[in-house]
Amino acid sequence: MNNNGTILSVNDLKTYFQTEDGVVKAVDGITFTLAKGETLGIVGESGSGKSVTNLSVMRLIPEPPGKIVGGDIIFDGTDVRALSIDEVRKIRGKRIAMIFQDPMTSLNPFLKISTQLMEVTQLHLGHTKQQAYEHAIKMLETVGIPDAKSRVDGYPHEFSGGMRQRVMIAMALSCDPELLIADEPTTALDVTIQAQILELIKDLRERMGTSVILITHDLGVVAGMTDKIIVMYAGKVFEQAPTKELFERPANPYTKGLLKSVPDPAHEQGEPLYQIPGLPPDVAHLPPGCPFAERCDRAEDICRSEYPPFVEINENHHSLCHFAKEVYDGN
Amino acid sequence: MLSFILRRLLLIIPMALLVVTVTWGLIRIAPGNFYISERALPEAVERNIREKYGLDRPWYVQYGKMMWNIVRGDFGNSLKYRGQPVNEIIRRHFPYSATIGILAYLLALLVGLTTGIIAALKQNSPFDYGSMAVSMLGLSVPNFVLGPLLVLVFALWLFWLPPARWGGISSLILPVITLSAIYIAYLARLTRAGMLEVMRSDYIRTARAKGLDEKTVLLKHGLRGGIIPVVSFTGPALASLLAGTVVVEKVFAIPGLGNIFIQSVLNRDEPLILGIVAFLSILVMVFNLLVDISYGFLDPRIRYD
Ligand SMILES: Nc1ncnc2c1ncn2[C@@H]1O[C@H](COP(=O)(O)OP(=O)(O)OP(=O)(O)O)[C@@H](O)[C@H]1O
Ligand SMILES: [Mg+2]
Repeated sequence: MNNNGTILSVNDLKTYFQTEDGVVKAVDGITFTLAKGETLGIVGESGSGKSVTNLSVMRLIPEPPGKIVGGDIIFDGTDVRALSIDEVRKIRGKRIAMIFQDPMTSLNPFLKISTQLMEVTQLHLGHTKQQAYEHAIKMLETVGIPDAKSRVDGYPHEFSGGMRQRVMIAMALSCDPELLIADEPTTALDVTIQAQILELIKDLRERMGTSVILITHDLGVVAGMTDKIIVMYAGKVFEQAPTKELFERPANPYTKGLLKSVPDPAHEQGEPLYQIPGLPPDVAHLPPGCPFAERCDRAEDICRSEYPPFVEINENHHSLCHFAKEVYDGN
Repeated sequence: MLSFILRRLLLIIPMALLVVTVTWGLIRIAPGNFYISERALPEAVERNIREKYGLDRPWYVQYGKMMWNIVRGDFGNSLKYRGQPVNEIIRRHFPYSATIGILAYLLALLVGLTTGIIAALKQNSPFDYGSMAVSMLGLSVPNFVLGPLLVLVFALWLFWLPPARWGGISSLILPVITLSAIYIAYLARLTRAGMLEVMRSDYIRTARAKGLDEKTVLLKHGLRGGIIPVVSFTGPALASLLAGTVVVEKVFAIPGLGNIFIQSVLNRDEPLILGIVAFLSILVMVFNLLVDISYGFLDPRIRYD
């Protein structure tokens, strides 16, 4: 047992992909810890390495082309990188469960919902068919699927997007995992459905005491749900801070840009939303300086020539920026 | 579902009649006749023959009469094999083609699917490279080369198997292998590609994230989606295998339907040609229907209505 109450600690994780275009450093030195019962938000634009970070934790990186080339992943005191694949399989789905972005493609279209739910508990909890079937119905009821008894025998195409994501959540929570990783669970859904799904995750987390990693590219989503946030950019942690502090006093121009692009209630109808100018860099060919320099409104010469330091604002707040303190104080 | 099958079955009859009509037209357009040989016939004899077979009547009368008979399932007698009904000839020769055809089909499914699945499972392994190289070879060597080659090695050189003719199981081995080789090769490649495609999909990642082992992921979650492209190929493949392939029947002197068909064309044996064409087109359509039905069992998203 782990005594300091940490469920997951990731230290200097590096996951690279070998591509025709060169080595893609999708995740390049990510560090974070997650306490039991805590919820961590990971935000960042598309391609910043959010999914790769979490697939690495599950050892689900397709190899080749990918490979975890460095760092530690310690889950509840166990070094995940040192485990055999059979030992990893005992953790997957049982102790760490995952929900993916697109509920339309994440469920097997050829198998009944019941089959897909039952196989998890038959595998990990040693359920008999009968037990697994009853458990499947119970889980569907838990995630709020009406008429679960009859719908359990349906196929995924008979469910709407939101209902499918509920099924995914039911599947992920079947074995009462200690850690739930939700990779953009609402991105593919309608706004109203999004709120329902987030509400559901929040509710279940509180009832089951699960630790959660919530990945999103929308800071608005993580605001009310997380204890702390890491902001990723080009495979790096750009800023990490407790949620409240990050929203109130960001210490990184990239985070400020992301915050500005969150629509707030006072936002005028029809007025275009703020967008960070430019596109994320090609992680196979990063410039020597700060990878965000080209798009940053307060970049100076040093930003383009020198790689920025990881500045400690306080014990829980860090920012990768030459001007971290200035940005922090400027608020 | 049932009404779908019924409708498709009903459609087969007019389609077959259409095929027969087109074939009949082509025969009539093509120069030559069944009674013409190198020697010119005396005019009186020719007139007699034309009268006997109704060739002196207008074409629409001839066509109408033929169709009327065919609709009732009667293709008449062969012109070359005198007095033998076409239906009888097909019934006699089809079993030869069907036997090697079905065996070749089963062999192709067994070997092709297994090879493709293993190759996909062990992508980039020596097995993968080896089997794909062999299948490339299988696709590029025509069966009129492969057949004699096998005969040379196994019959004339090693004396393990009979070189040709019908008789006993041992005489089936070489023709079945020759016939199935190209299908094995194609199926293996198709299966491998289909499996690799599916194994990259999101729901396979979900299955892995559940902690299932690779075998379960592949067989329970991957196989169905992976073999769907294969299924659409296997229906027509079975039809053409059953119809007998002329080359293999010629090489191994098998008295199958393919052989007879070529003879009938060379002989301008109109009733026999039409009978075999109608038979084969029905066969193809029935197997395509079977493919469509099996889609419904493989993929729950497909609805028949
Ligand atoms: N299988 C792969 N082969 C090659 N490169 C990959 C592979 N998977 C991911 N990458 C690369 O890794 C980088 C990070 O991808 P990742 O999926 O983690 O981004 P993300 O932050 O989750 O983005 P999104 O918001 O779009 O989901 C990208 O540049 C991507 O191209
Ligand atoms: Mg992602």
